Amino acid sequence: MRQATSDKAANPVLIFWIVAGLVGFFILPWYGIEDFFRFEWLFDGYPFDSDYAPGIFLIGQGEKLWLAPLIIPLLAPLAILKKRKTDPIYAKVLIIAGAFGFGWLVLQGFAVGIRGWNFGWVAALFGDLDDRQFGMGYGALICASAFLFVFTQGLAARGAINGDVFVVSSIGGVVVIVTAFVFFPIAKMLTAAFITQDGGYSAVVFFSKFFDDRLWGLGCLTGGRCGVAWNSLFLAVCVGLITTVLGLIFALVVTRSGFRFKRGLRALTVLPIITPPFVIGLALILLFGLSGTVTVWFSELFGVQPTRWLYGLPGVLIAQTLAFTPIAFLVLIGVVEGVSPSMEEAAQTLRASKWQVFRTVSLPLMRPGLANAFLLGFIESMADFGNPLVLGGNFDVLSTEIFFAIVGAQYDQGQAAVLAMVLLFFTLGAFYAQRRWLGKKSYTTVSGKGDSGVHPHMPTALSIPVLAIAMIWAAFTIVVYLMIFYGSVVELWGVNNTLTFKHYGTAFSLRFDEEGIRWTGAAWDSFWTTLKIAAIAAPLTAIVGLVTAYLLTRQTFAGKNAFEFGTMLSFAIPGTVIGVSYILAFNVPPIEITGTGIILVVSFIFRNMPVGVRAGIASMSQLDKSLDESSLTLGANSWQTFRKVILPLLRPAILAALVYSFVRAMTAISAVIFLVSAEYNMATSYIIGRVENNDYGLAIAYSTTLIFVMLCVVLAMQLIVGRTKIGRRMTESRSNV
Amino acid sequence: MSINAKAAPVSFRNVTKVYGKDVVAVDDINLEIKAGKLVTLLGPSGCGKTTTLRMIAGLEIATKGTIFIGDQDVTLLPATDRDVSMVFQSYALFPHMSVMENVSYGLGFSGFDKTETRDRAQDGLDLVGLKGFGDRLPSELSGGQQQRVAVARALVLEPQVLLFDEPLSNLDAKLRRQVREDIRDIQQNLGLTVVYVTHDQEEALAVSDEIVVMRNASIAQVGHPRELYDAPADRFVADFIGEANIIPCEITDVQGDVAHIRMGDLLHRLPARGLSQGPATIAVRPTRFKLDVSEGLSMNVSKATYVGSRMEYTLEASFGQVFVVSEDVDNPLAAGTDVTVGLDSVGPVLSPEH
Repeated sequence: MRQATSDKAANPVLIFWIVAGLVGFFILPWYGIEDFFRFEWLFDGYPFDSDYAPGIFLIGQGEKLWLAPLIIPLLAPLAILKKRKTDPIYAKVLIIAGAFGFGWLVLQGFAVGIRGWNFGWVAALFGDLDDRQFGMGYGALICASAFLFVFTQGLAARGAINGDVFVVSSIGGVVVIVTAFVFFPIAKMLTAAFITQDGGYSAVVFFSKFFDDRLWGLGCLTGGRCGVAWNSLFLAVCVGLITTVLGLIFALVVTRSGFRFKRGLRALTVLPIITPPFVIGLALILLFGLSGTVTVWFSELFGVQPTRWLYGLPGVLIAQTLAFTPIAFLVLIGVVEGVSPSMEEAAQTLRASKWQVFRTVSLPLMRPGLANAFLLGFIESMADFGNPLVLGGNFDVLSTEIFFAIVGAQYDQGQAAVLAMVLLFFTLGAFYAQRRWLGKKSYTTVSGKGDSGVHPHMPTALSIPVLAIAMIWAAFTIVVYLMIFYGSVVELWGVNNTLTFKHYGTAFSLRFDEEGIRWTGAAWDSFWTTLKIAAIAAPLTAIVGLVTAYLLTRQTFAGKNAFEFGTMLSFAIPGTVIGVSYILAFNVPPIEITGTGIILVVSFIFRNMPVGVRAGIASMSQLDKSLDESSLTLGANSWQTFRKVILPLLRPAILAALVYSFVRAMTAISAVIFLVSAEYNMATSYIIGRVENNDYGLAIAYSTTLIFVMLCVVLAMQLIVGRTKIGRRMTESRSNV
Repeated sequence: MSINAKAAPVSFRNVTKVYGKDVVAVDDINLEIKAGKLVTLLGPSGCGKTTTLRMIAGLEIATKGTIFIGDQDVTLLPATDRDVSMVFQSYALFPHMSVMENVSYGLGFSGFDKTETRDRAQDGLDLVGLKGFGDRLPSELSGGQQQRVAVARALVLEPQVLLFDEPLSNLDAKLRRQVREDIRDIQQNLGLTVVYVTHDQEEALAVSDEIVVMRNASIAQVGHPRELYDAPADRFVADFIGEANIIPCEITDVQGDVAHIRMGDLLHRLPARGLSQGPATIAVRPTRFKLDVSEGLSMNVSKATYVGSRMEYTLEASFGQVFVVSEDVDNPLAAGTDVTVGLDSVGPVLSPEH
């Protein structure tokens, strides 16, 4: 019975993609249309108006003739539909048609732009072109996908990866989207660094910008001001170190102490994750700013003049430490728990004291995790935009400089690109150093089998300071959050301390009249946009992340290491750099999505994908590979195996990826600030705008609402996704975001 | 019984499997597995037996050579499309599906409608004696029961070949004997082609129609259990299947296929097995010695152990130690005594000197 399926000539997946390609070329509008889903274009001249016409109508009317060659590869696969998969001609036709179609589509996209030929030498070769084209639309998108998947099916038929269509197509899909949305924008940004104000290319301009004193000056050593590059580096190293140490401390308290309120501490460390990072900065201002509670109290007590010490390095450092310690904690708790108890027990039976066990066994085994946590803190600090903007004062860092280069009066894309390059250089350097270091010492101590020991408690000499620090930090966090809430219900902080709900009213007022509910509050617009974008981005991120994780853990193919490196790379690219590179890359054809909601969704997917990948890898490596194999030998193909066996067992990972990408999409600011538009404004950028206008009340009220909404969403997702338990064995699996 | 066999033979022709660039897991093997037989792949870990099994399943694709199942060339066919099912060492039951769903899983992909899938899965569970367990989760079953679910799940597809990858290794010793008898019964009743991987020689001897002994990525010997035990092709097989004493000897003369050998003072006649005059070795099972004979090798008893049903002796000879088992528990030899040792007329096997 199973023999029948393998010999069947007409392959439904192939037919699907051929038909999709034809639909893309013959029915859907070829070029991008604003508000596609309002379908107004249907009644506005479609299919003949050249803005809305499908590819075939354009050619029929003698326009955009460079699209004509695409018809051949679209139709070619039809010829081999009746052929068997094993017939060499089958694979050959699909590979050639797919490769040619996709290649031509990309080539024409880059060659012909808004002003005709994009490159002077093409114009010289073919003469002037009296035509131009805008960004690709759904027609072109679906056509491109069809070519890609026809190509991968050809490769599969030729025997790549055991002829597995699903796996080959997934690899092809991931490679193409990562190239298009990570490597292409970065490359574009790198070239932009060489462009002068009047559009030419010049290495001199690049070097003069790159070696500018504002970047690399060392004035602070002699009492002046240092370059922004040094500022950023110094800050990031400090934040990386401090968050790693604090994260380790909390992880130790939670896993290796008799502390009674572990759960509370755990919950407390999660709070900052669902908080937009700059909100911490705002709370610090409420506490330590010029009219902050502590400052005022302190100056009244000792009769000293309040100072602006908070604005600058100290403030940014404190805010970032508060904001990013939980991330380090979440990395380290997995690592600290992952150190196999039997190792520690073995060391104890070999006459090591608790302290010696910790120093000689536990700590060295945690080293890779520590490196990871440091890298995360380093990158987050480098990319952080909100806190330096709110608290920076005269302490300039790269991310804010980039922002002002783009949105400020100077509007210098080249300058922004150079700064972004420096930023990227730092983070990639750290990423590379960490990988090199980890490459040599990778200890996986979790075997997944019968490790039933318990972690020993910390030695007393260690546990007292550790607990003390944890307590102080916990108290500080609680105070900060109380301040946030209190600040949102105070008329005007430090000036008029009467309690009021006025700020919530301004932001979220409603009116009921005969037309139904009217969202009159100032914040509704950005609030709904944020929810919508985050809700669209979260599942997409989870899908891309989990498919990638599946490929990395379950399949072997040539170039897998490069593939892994490529997908994890976007993790080391700061949001600020993503933001700059996206506006540089995607405001011109062939992909023209600046100012749309799509660019926000796309940026979230690729910013957060590495976390989905990691969550997926972590839980997939706990599933024994024999589960997949038995499913395969029972006649399921790899797609059915993925859907019926792997996905259901991955609920915790799916939840983690969903929650994380949703929360990040709601709280992110560094990439978003570059990509928002009047129509698609996000909550965080709206709040930052309020802060810049000194409208703290509204900003804090809005932030409080966001935190509350995210808490609800996280809990709701936990309920929906996590409801079914799988037997008693699976109860142990945890999900760490 | 509605489960039938579509047993098919399996044939390997010059099959090689290389992992990465130069790790040869299986080196140019030829193997014919007859339909309806239970064939065991036996060997130490790392010998390539599991790789061979996985190549039949389609979980590994051969680097070179061709594999036939029935008369179809399946060399490049992925696991999904092969009519083969496999029982995994870890059972690989899907933890999120009930027993019934697990057993029905493969049927769903084979084009059976709902009622037929149900009936067949039910028959499969009946066959392995798990009637009424359909609604449980795998985690609610004992190890032996889980094992039987895994067998049922593979059986209901009526595969051309059924594969077992060390199916008993996760069971306790008492259960092992019973489960292996159950497997053998089902295989014989249904006439299945079964390929069975194990590293336990006793298990292999007990269940197999034919045993394939593997060593270092190639086949050392193929034969019936008795053949392997009584006439191992070389020292490796002799030593791997049951214990054997390897004793140096001298072939003094070969007449037809009978070799005359000399070991010290002992003269003996054995099948020559193609060897010619000169030094050789002889492999002797511990039970194939005769103790206290009039003519033979003189040895000294260095250890004597009483283990209930028999006596175990370690004897010191001029060429080294010999391990001997004697059924005679009533007249044990004491340690330190000298004894003259002879050989049984059948049993000892000549092999070339190494």
